[in-house]
Amino acid sequence: MATATPAPKLNHIGLPVIEYRGGKSTLCAGCGHNAISERIIDAMFEMGVEPERVMKMSGIGCSSKSPAYFLNRAHAFNSVHGRMPSVSTGAILANHTMTMLGVSGDGDTASIGMGQFVHLLRRNLPMIYIIEDNGVYGLTKGQFSATADIGSKLKTGVINDLPAIDTCALAIQLGATFVGRSFSGDKKQLLSMLKAAIAHKGTVMLDVISPCVTFNDHEGSTKSYKFMQENDEPINEIGFVASFDDIEVDYDSGQVYDVEMHDGSSLRLRKLLEDYDPTDKANAVRTLMEAQEKDEILTGVFYIDTQKPTFIDLLDLVDEPLATLPESVVRPPKSALDALMTNLQ
Amino acid sequence: MATGDLALGQERGALSTNPRVINDFSIIVATVNGSGSQSANSVLLKSIFGMGVPVSGKNLFPSNIAGLPTWYTIRASKDGYVARKRGSQILVALNPETAKQDISELDAGGAAIYEESFNLKQYRDDVACYPVPFDKITAAICPEAKLRKLVRNMVYVGVVAQLLSLDLSVVESGLRKQFAKKQKVFDLNFGAVKAGFDYAQQNLTKQDPYFIERSNQTAGKIIIDGNAACGMGAVFAGVTVVAWYPITPSTSVIEATTDLLKKFRVTPEGKATFAVVQAEDELAAIGMVLGAGWAGARSMTATSGPGLSLMTEFSGLGYYAEIPGVIFDVQRTGPSTGMPTRTSQADLLFTAFLSHGDTKHIILLPGSVKECFELGYAAFDLAERLQTPIFVLTDLDLGMNNWMSDPFVYPQKPLDRGKVLTAEDLDRLGGFARYRDVDGDAIGWRTLPGTRHPKAAYFTRGSGHNDAAVYTEKPDEYVEVMERLLRKFEKARKLVPAPVVVKDGTSKIGFLAFGSTDFALRESLDQIKAGYGLDVDYMRIRAYPFAHEIHDFAASHERIYVVEQNRDAQLASLLKLDLPADQVVKLRSILHYNGLPIDAATITEEFATKEGL
Repeated sequence: MATATPAPKLNHIGLPVIEYRGGKSTLCAGCGHNAISERIIDAMFEMGVEPERVMKMSGIGCSSKSPAYFLNRAHAFNSVHGRMPSVSTGAILANHTMTMLGVSGDGDTASIGMGQFVHLLRRNLPMIYIIEDNGVYGLTKGQFSATADIGSKLKTGVINDLPAIDTCALAIQLGATFVGRSFSGDKKQLLSMLKAAIAHKGTVMLDVISPCVTFNDHEGSTKSYKFMQENDEPINEIGFVASFDDIEVDYDSGQVYDVEMHDGSSLRLRKLLEDYDPTDKANAVRTLMEAQEKDEILTGVFYIDTQKPTFIDLLDLVDEPLATLPESVVRPPKSALDALMTNLQ
Repeated sequence: MATGDLALGQERGALSTNPRVINDFSIIVATVNGSGSQSANSVLLKSIFGMGVPVSGKNLFPSNIAGLPTWYTIRASKDGYVARKRGSQILVALNPETAKQDISELDAGGAAIYEESFNLKQYRDDVACYPVPFDKITAAICPEAKLRKLVRNMVYVGVVAQLLSLDLSVVESGLRKQFAKKQKVFDLNFGAVKAGFDYAQQNLTKQDPYFIERSNQTAGKIIIDGNAACGMGAVFAGVTVVAWYPITPSTSVIEATTDLLKKFRVTPEGKATFAVVQAEDELAAIGMVLGAGWAGARSMTATSGPGLSLMTEFSGLGYYAEIPGVIFDVQRTGPSTGMPTRTSQADLLFTAFLSHGDTKHIILLPGSVKECFELGYAAFDLAERLQTPIFVLTDLDLGMNNWMSDPFVYPQKPLDRGKVLTAEDLDRLGGFARYRDVDGDAIGWRTLPGTRHPKAAYFTRGSGHNDAAVYTEKPDEYVEVMERLLRKFEKARKLVPAPVVVKDGTSKIGFLAFGSTDFALRESLDQIKAGYGLDVDYMRIRAYPFAHEIHDFAASHERIYVVEQNRDAQLASLLKLDLPADQVVKLRSILHYNGLPIDAATITEEFATKEGL
């Protein structure tokens, strides 16, 4: 008897996972970025996001190449170095009905792109902003970036003597409304975090430690696989139940922190760090600063605010995309010009 | 109120032995910036306009908030000349710091109106002196001390109106327009005008020959500044996303645009059909413009030289990735910070090639407020048709000063949203290649993000790409895209606004110019005709790349004078790159670049010298 190939698993909008894949990666084998691309594919698939309704944004660098490796069916914009935030801002204003996911790197964000990055955070622009953070410039062969930890060592033996910029602490302080850190090697945590990110409305800033196997995976690096496996300290365990998953969520108190997301999904953060409250901004920043002083690498969802208005809310835009409003809406009538002319006479 | 009686048919002093000079003189008002003299100047300008007399106003102001000298010149011209003119005949001196200098520069036979305490009569015995106790008059009509500084300026409007025989009812209706719906403010200001008028009538004896007489030369005309006209052009082009960073002298383009968007683009439910974002810098402003243009919205920014420098990187991306967007550049003097409140036409060459690598941009060059509107809205159609950033270059003189114009005409054609494929198109075609020249016009088809079709997406990038928008480092694929971009630029020659043939007769001499140089050049051509009997030709360029008519004009003249407001002969340089070698030798330059708007006499004198006349 012939055995039929089992039908591929479909998500709740009826698509198989293959419809979420991208081109073949040209990054190094073992690069953390590839694992992140895989998690993005899984998260988008599991959340049943329509791929055509996603805009993939990036700047310049190894990380910024990665949008080519997932979601082929989504429009992509690989912009210029450090300028992903402004291009993303314009694009989401033109069509705020889209899901926007941007991939940047530590150099692209924390050095050349710092100016635009902080203003994106201030605006609480509705997008998922992922930093694929390896503490090093790959395409130019291994210089330190601004997220490299103090005392970290390059392959050449050079020691970093400047303090790291903690992009998570910065994001919390400046207005992002969903801030977390994960590790490309932690499949489960990263996937849950990404799914919750998709359900969130506002700026999601995820700093994902993503080791560079070529330039920063050696002894003495604080962004290596080994270092992360030994020093990754999750502050919470992330449980995410999507709105379409027919699962009853029982909201018990105590060691879990439950958050109801905009789309009806629920995010459950099981506290691993005692009494950590992810809605307490000042405490979140303090916790991160203290960890940095103690050379600890905290991961998890550090901060969440589901109430703060996004930039789109502040601008009070119409529901439909601005890009495709008809001429009758965007061009005022002749009578309008005539009245202006009369007034100028 | 019998204002008409006050203004007309008055007993005039007979001290002046000169014949009356009607509707042909310049007024200079010297104040300090931050004193609120702008509205008084504007009311005076509009009053002369209201008398039916062609008029233009220029604000010569410092890069400062308050306390530094500012001058405003108003030129009334029965011949319709609106360019800057050297020298003034009437001075209003309200700034003690500059008063002595101001009166020393007044033309002989002129008139000086000044604060009594300045005692300027001692410096000149060849001008009519009208001392006025501005502070006393102001104190009497304005009990609130903190408002006096602002109201004081309106007193001079009244004095000037009386001395020039302006109809007070015209001033009144101008004021009423200015302070529409603010009755109290109107009352206070008109009270000040009237107090000045009454003072002059009762205490001053007319000793100068200058008068405004009613004419009908401004009937149906409007007065507007170029920046407001650009904003109007953008709004009637359906602009939807505006991103900007404040910079003089372009800020008022955005202010005008925003005002109109709030007026016309809010739904009955109070929702906005537009977004205006004050960006963190010009890099971000143009990044937002390109992001929005990519996603299908009509988007714009406005800036000036230093901002344009910061936009260099993204301009290259816009060119290479073929993304629509409109950039208004209101030119001021450079290099670097330069003189931020002075005018220039010195961004032309830089803009033409803005970016590293082989890049050529399309530039529109309005030469009047009407063209600020017309080329303003045309820029958005061209941006989407040609899928590229379009630069609209005006300057501080055109942008920030008030100009008379025929009323703007509503766009005749519907919006041209360019070549965009829908999901239905993709069903029919089975797919597309973003940068493939399928129609032979060098323009590919694009799709907008969000188009619900599995084949709709493409990958936009500033890195090397082939015609399917796929990353490439293959020599032939790179060259193919670059050559198509060149063909697209050639196509633009036929689509951009054609030059204006102001005059093309039988002269062997032709003039070429662009932008605000037009006003002075037209006056200069009359001077050349009157002074030397030469009837020379003139073509005004309105866009880069240069239309074929410009080549024809060059070919049909022996000597071509290129008049422009920069040091390096930038338009002439661009022409030299474009014209055949045998035409290039015909070009000679008349340049003006001291920060003041060019005037007719400068052109005429330079031309006469070069021609050996």
